[in-house]
Amino acid sequence: MKPHTLSVLVENKAGVLSRVTGLFSRRGFNIESLAVGTCEEPGMSRITIVVIGDDEKIEQVMKQLNKLIDIIKVTDLTENERVERELAMIKVSAEPGTSRAEIMQIAQIFRAQIIDVGAKSVILQVVGDTDKIDALEKLLRQYGVKELVRTGRIGMLRGTKTVGVGR
Amino acid sequence: MKTGAKILVESLQREGVDILFGYPGGVVLPIYDELYDSSLKHILVRHEQAAAHAADGYARASGKVGACLATSGPGACNLVTGIATAYMDSVPMVAITGQVPTSLLGNDAFQESDITGITLPITKHNYLLKDSRDVARVVKEAFFIAGTGRPGPVLIDIPKDVSTGVVDKFEYPDKVSLRGYNPTYKGHRRQIDKAIELIVKAERPVIYAGGGVICSNASAELVEFATLLSIPVTTTLMGIGCIPGDHPLNLGMLGMHGTEYANFAITESDLLIAIGARFDDRVIGKAEKFAPHAKIIHIDIDPAEIGKNKRVDVPIVGDTRLVLKDMLALIKKTGAKEAWLKRVKHWKQHHPLKYKKDDSLHPQYIIRQLSELVKGEAVIVSEVGQNQMWTAQWFSFKHPRTWITSGGLGTMGYGFPAAIGAHFARPDLPVFDIAGDGSIQMNIQEMGTAAANNIPVKIAILNNMYLGMVRQWQELFFDRRYSYTELPPVEFVKIANAYGIKGVKVESVDEVVPALKAALDCDGPFVMDFRIEREENVFPMVPAGAAINEMIGGHTPS
Ligand SMILES: Cc1ncc(C[n+]2csc(CCOP(=O)(O)OP(=O)(O)O)c2C)c(N)n1
Repeated sequence: MKPHTLSVLVENKAGVLSRVTGLFSRRGFNIESLAVGTCEEPGMSRITIVVIGDDEKIEQVMKQLNKLIDIIKVTDLTENERVERELAMIKVSAEPGTSRAEIMQIAQIFRAQIIDVGAKSVILQVVGDTDKIDALEKLLRQYGVKELVRTGRIGMLRGTKTVGVGR
Repeated sequence: MKTGAKILVESLQREGVDILFGYPGGVVLPIYDELYDSSLKHILVRHEQAAAHAADGYARASGKVGACLATSGPGACNLVTGIATAYMDSVPMVAITGQVPTSLLGNDAFQESDITGITLPITKHNYLLKDSRDVARVVKEAFFIAGTGRPGPVLIDIPKDVSTGVVDKFEYPDKVSLRGYNPTYKGHRRQIDKAIELIVKAERPVIYAGGGVICSNASAELVEFATLLSIPVTTTLMGIGCIPGDHPLNLGMLGMHGTEYANFAITESDLLIAIGARFDDRVIGKAEKFAPHAKIIHIDIDPAEIGKNKRVDVPIVGDTRLVLKDMLALIKKTGAKEAWLKRVKHWKQHHPLKYKKDDSLHPQYIIRQLSELVKGEAVIVSEVGQNQMWTAQWFSFKHPRTWITSGGLGTMGYGFPAAIGAHFARPDLPVFDIAGDGSIQMNIQEMGTAAANNIPVKIAILNNMYLGMVRQWQELFFDRRYSYTELPPVEFVKIANAYGIKGVKVESVDEVVPALKAALDCDGPFVMDFRIEREENVFPMVPAGAAINEMIGGHTPS
């Protein structure tokens, strides 16, 4: 059982997301992470889904996804060399003074950006893989994380290979 | 200039729809107004569930796509069981529902229900139309999707303003373009070669044929294949009819209520050739003990069925007919596996299906008599429960598409309306609904439909005054505690008469054949109320989750 990142190319039509997520819940697969957006093809969207399961479960979920009429292509990125990223925004309590300075330092180490500075808090924006974001969050806890929001994971194959429709 | 409703009706006709089962209501009034002077035949049912089942029965008997129509909200919701039934058995069907006007969508408007949301998990695909200009394209796509690949139901939800909206130019598309839908029909050559290699080497091969053989009209090829190679064939509930009942290689049905010889053969086989079957739990019982010594070849048009419940050695994705044709072209006649055939024949002789032959009225006897009377030249539909299993076991089918039953969903109340649909597909054949007294009461109101249109469906009620199959489980697994399974007696003939339908009550063995003959002779609908032995059971039986060779009411293989 390991997380698989599925890249799913779909018709950009109303209801397509509920067809996909409905299929996951109906067949008992848990979605760990979900990201949806437009892509390089006009009229299509790309959904990136992280799902945990053994190889047989993943194969079954991919086959079931492929059966949906509005789904054009399903690829398991996990089988290939790839890059994966998430973005998180973290609002941390930061009274002016030492704690604020420490937070700035941590941000630097993680190459996170400070995207808002308030009287008593700052917002950090960080991009990275899941582990990196988890690590940053853990470090910031001691200062008081007021709010955390993260996008779903997205990914791409390394090199010239793509998961698009191909031409 | 044409309205969406007019385009809908014309599009249905362009798709070859010659009959529509439906029920009107507010938002489908514009469609009904078009039907008023259209040549498209419409049958008014008495409950929308029956419209869906009738379209399904029509589809199964004809091989064409069935069509039904209902209004929004309650009408659409009443179709749901029928759509789910079709979905589970891969039946090509297009369900059309009215919807509240687009301006009211999402407002909890009067008779609004999110039927595309509700049917998402029970349709192959569905559509909520928003623009009258899309009607023709969507009808075209819906019929294409429903009828190709692994067939299934497709729903089109049409808001009232889409029906009334006017389109300048109506051109029926002659092609569909769906970039996300490309079923595989032709089997992979390398896989076929591998399969042939296994078949040639096998010593104890068995074919396990399912509904996919019927769907793809592969019965003739299947019989040719089995005969050429002398391989015994067992069929699932859905596969019955793909090989004649009296064919020497036919082992009958396998699984929970299968024949002992079919289950023994599967258990001892060294090669299982699964064709258009899906290893359902009611068929395979305990998965690890199903065909434990066999290599498995699995031919199916739906890749998701391959390896779903059981690991296979040679998967072949493709249309069962085309794959069988390819195999027939490549394979040569092999020497018959005499020892194996002898063993199978021995089981067949020593472990036949049986029932007590005495003076009381046994349902098996009734089915046998019917079988002998019509000699396979009838469409036999069933309800669900013991009636269904007795028919599957005891009727000898001759042709594909003459056995129609709700297998996957097991929908009580399916049979009668499905029989009505089947009649319109096969007006040349007598159509029987073999029913239980429980099931028939789930859609008994369709006597109104049958009477009004003089639809000559013959209803044979195997009346045990119980929800028989559930009672059987209570007898066997719940200490005979018959909790809410007894049904008080109903005079079905009187109900039939009230609808203007003839009928006869049968209480003794010697009345059986005359009653069946009277039914066949009657040119309208007819009801037979057979008062059968009340606690008759369906045997053999594999308890849920057990290995299929561990049968109750059977013996160990000799
Ligand atoms: C709609 C529906 N409700 C409940 C069931 C569960 N069920 C399966 S068989 C059965 C009893 C059927 O009784 P009857 O129609 O009298 O047939 P018999 O088994 O006596 O032949 C029931 C309740 C079902 N299959 N379908």
